[in-house]
Amino acid sequence: MNEPIRELALEGITKRFPGILACNRVSLEVRRGEALALVGENGAGKSTLMNILAGLYQPDEGSIRVNGEVVRFASPADAFDRGIGMVHQNFMLVPSMTVTENVALGMKALHRRIRLDLKEARRRVLEVSAHHELPVNPDAPVWQLSVGEQQRVELVKTLCLGARLLILDEPTSALTPQETDDLLDRLRRMMAELSIIFISHKLNEVKALSDRVTILRHGEVVFHGSTADHSTAELAALMTGRDVVQPRNEQSGAPGREVLTVRALRVRGDRGNLALDGLDLDVRAGEILGLAGVSGNGQRELADALAGLRPVESGSIRLDGAEIAHASPRRIIDGGMGYVPEDRHHEGIVGPFSVEENLVLKDVGKAGFSRHGFLRPGEIHRNAEELRERFDIRCSSTAAAAGTLSGGNIQKVILARELARGPKALVAVYPTRGVDMGAAEFIHGQLLALRRSSAGILLVSEELEEVMALSDRIAVIYKGRILEVLASRDATRRTLGLLMAGVPLG
Amino acid sequence: MTLGQMAYDILSLGVPFSVALLLAALGEMFNQRAGVFNLGCEGIMSLGAFVGFLPAYLARSGSLGPWADLLGFALAAVVGMLLGLLFGLVTVTFRAPQGIAGIGLAMLGTGVAGTLFRHEIGGVTGVEGVANLPIPGLSRIPFLGGVLFNHNPVVYVAFLLVPASGYLLHRTSWGLRVRAVGTHPRAADTLGIDVNRVRYQALMLGGALGGMGGAYLSLCQAKMFADDLVAGRGFIAVALVYFGRWSPWGVAAGALLFSLAQSLQLSLQVWGIRFPYEFAVMLPYVLVIVVLALSRSRTIGPTALGRAFNREMRV
Repeated sequence: MNEPIRELALEGITKRFPGILACNRVSLEVRRGEALALVGENGAGKSTLMNILAGLYQPDEGSIRVNGEVVRFASPADAFDRGIGMVHQNFMLVPSMTVTENVALGMKALHRRIRLDLKEARRRVLEVSAHHELPVNPDAPVWQLSVGEQQRVELVKTLCLGARLLILDEPTSALTPQETDDLLDRLRRMMAELSIIFISHKLNEVKALSDRVTILRHGEVVFHGSTADHSTAELAALMTGRDVVQPRNEQSGAPGREVLTVRALRVRGDRGNLALDGLDLDVRAGEILGLAGVSGNGQRELADALAGLRPVESGSIRLDGAEIAHASPRRIIDGGMGYVPEDRHHEGIVGPFSVEENLVLKDVGKAGFSRHGFLRPGEIHRNAEELRERFDIRCSSTAAAAGTLSGGNIQKVILARELARGPKALVAVYPTRGVDMGAAEFIHGQLLALRRSSAGILLVSEELEEVMALSDRIAVIYKGRILEVLASRDATRRTLGLLMAGVPLG
Repeated sequence: MTLGQMAYDILSLGVPFSVALLLAALGEMFNQRAGVFNLGCEGIMSLGAFVGFLPAYLARSGSLGPWADLLGFALAAVVGMLLGLLFGLVTVTFRAPQGIAGIGLAMLGTGVAGTLFRHEIGGVTGVEGVANLPIPGLSRIPFLGGVLFNHNPVVYVAFLLVPASGYLLHRTSWGLRVRAVGTHPRAADTLGIDVNRVRYQALMLGGALGGMGGAYLSLCQAKMFADDLVAGRGFIAVALVYFGRWSPWGVAAGALLFSLAQSLQLSLQVWGIRFPYEFAVMLPYVLVIVVLALSRSRTIGPTALGRAFNREMRV
C-alpha cells in the first residue's frame, strides 16, 4: 500500500505543444481527504495538466511535490508508485480482455514472473471492489459491460494499482442522471480515505462534490477558492470570462402542422440487431422536440434513417407529407431536411476542404454556385463571407481547411450550411457535445431562431439541461422505442432520468 | 491405387510442407497481435533461407554434420531478429506507414539474398539437409505413423510451437502486454507499459520465426537454395494470420490447408491424372483467396493493427 498523500502541489507547470501553450505556469494543491474541482472550457488545459500529473506527459517547466518532496514521473507507473492514479475521460480499458486481465496489465508485481498470476489479480479486484462498495464482475469481458459498469471497473482498476489520489477526467460525461448521482455518492464516501481531483464543466456537479475549485482559462489559473462561497453563475462567469445567459425556449407561439412523421420504424444497427423497433414520432412546425435518452438506445440509427444514411427495414418517414423512408440522401436533402450529424468531423464536414467549400457542399451542383459544371469561386466566397459574419464563425480565413477549426467553430460551419438552406425540418444530434459554453450558447440561440421561423426541429441530446431549456416537448427513447412524450413544462430531471433508465411513468 | 493410399500420399507430403508457412505465420501473428503489420515477412524468409543454407553449403565436405544445420537455423533466427529490429526502427520509432515499409523490407530481403547467392555461390547446389527422425514406436502406427511421426525434427518442433504460442499469448504476462498494445495501446500506456518496447520485442520474435521458416525451406524442404525459393510464401503467411483469426491454432489450420492443397496438386501430377497442370498449380492460391473472401470475421482482430503509437497525438 502506498503512503497516503497528505499534500500534493503542482508548481509553475508549463507545457507547450507545437503552436499551442497548453499550460502556462499553473499551480494548484490538494490536501488529504479533499476534493478539488478543476474547471474550464474545452482547450483550457485541464486534461493536459492532469496527464502531466499522471505521468503521461512531461512538463516543460515546473515541478510536482508529493508530501513536500519533489518527484519526477517518467511514466504512469511512477505516478502509481506515489499513489496517483487517473481515470481518463475515454475509458482506458482493453475491450477484448476481462476485468481481471485489465487490472493485471497494470500490476507490476505480476510482470516480474513469466507466468501470469491471474488469480492474484482477481483476488485484488474482489478485495478492492468489496472494500469500496464498487460491485464488478472480475471475469466479465469489458466489451459486454455498460458504460456505468466500465466506469466502476476503471475506479476499481485505479484503486487496485495503489491510487491514493484519484484524478477523474469528466467522469459523468457518458452517464445517465441516476448513474451520475450514484457516482457522486460513492466518490463522497471514498473521500474518507482518498483525495480527488475532479475535472468537469458541469457546475452543478462541481458544487455537489468539491471542497475547493480551481478554474483554468487558456492554460492559466484565473480563480482559486472555496466552492461553497461561490454560486454556479459566478463560476460560469469566471470560466468563460463573461456573464453567460443560456437562452431558453419561451414556449410562445403555437406549433403548426406536422413536418416530420415517423411511424412504426424498424431499423437495424451495425451489429444486425433491431436498433429501432417500431418507433413513432411527430415533429411539428415551429417546435423543438427534444429526444432524451442514454446514448446507444437507437438515437444514432434514428438520425441515420432520417437522413437516408441507413436502410429502413420497415415503417414510414414523412417529411412534410412526402414519404422518404427509402429515398436517397439527395432526395431527402432536396425535400427540405437539415441534418447536424453526431460525428461532426467525419460526417459534418470534409476536413481538408476549405470553410468556403464546406459551406456549399449540399448545393454545389445548383445554379448559383456553379455554371455548366464549373464552380463560381466568386459566389462561393461571397456566400462564405456572409455566413461567417452571420454565424460568428471564427477562422483565420474562409480559405482555411475546415478540419483545423475548433469543435465549436466546426459546428457553426455545419449549422450555417444547414440553416442557410431554410430547412423544413432539422435533425440536430448532440449539437453542443464537447463545444465550449460560448459556442453552445450561440448554437442554442440559432436553434431557437430557426424554431421561430416555423421549422420543426428534432434535438437529440443526452444533456438534460439542454433538452429541458430548449424543447417544447420531450420524447424519451429507450431500447429503440419512444417510451413517453412529455410537455417540456411537465418534465423534471427526476422523471426524465427514470424514463431514460426504462422505468415507465406509473 | 486405393483411395487410402492417395490420402496417405497427400497427407504425409502436406504435413512437412506446412512447416515453413507455420513458422513464418506464427511469427507474423505475434507482430500483428502487438499491432504491427509486417508485409516484409517474404524478405525475412528469403534472407533466412540463404543464411540458413550457408553453413551447410560451406561445410558440405567437412565433418560438421548436423551441427552445420543447427548453426544455419540459429543464424537464420538471428538475421530474422535483426530484420525485425530494422522494421521496428522504421515503423515503430519513425512511424513510417507499415504497408509501404513492409513492401520495402520484402524487396530488400529477397534482393540481398539473391545478390549474395549469385555472388558467393553462383549456381544451384544441393546440400544434404536435415535428415528424417522417425519417432521410435509412434512412427510404426499404421497410416498415422507415416503422416505424423516420420519427419525431420524441425516438423515436430514447429508443431509444438503451436500450443507454446497459445500459452505465451494467454498465460504469460508478456502475452498480456502484447495483446494490450495491439488492441488499445493508449490504455496500456496509461498503465505504465512501454508500448513501443513491447512492439519491438514482438517484431524480433516474429522475425526470428520468419527467418527459421526460411531456413526450413532451404535446409529441410528443398535442400538447396535458389533466388525464388520462397516464392511468395511470406505473403501467404500474412494471409494465413487473417485466415487463422490471430490464433495459433487457426494459423496452424490455415498452414495445413494450404500445404495439403499444394501436395494434392503435386500428387495429381505424380499420379498422371489428366488435369490441366496450370490449374493444379493455381489451386492452393485460389483456395486461400476463396477462403479469405468467404470467412466472415466473427472475432475482431487487434484493433490498433497498422497504426504507430504516439502518446502526444490526441484523438
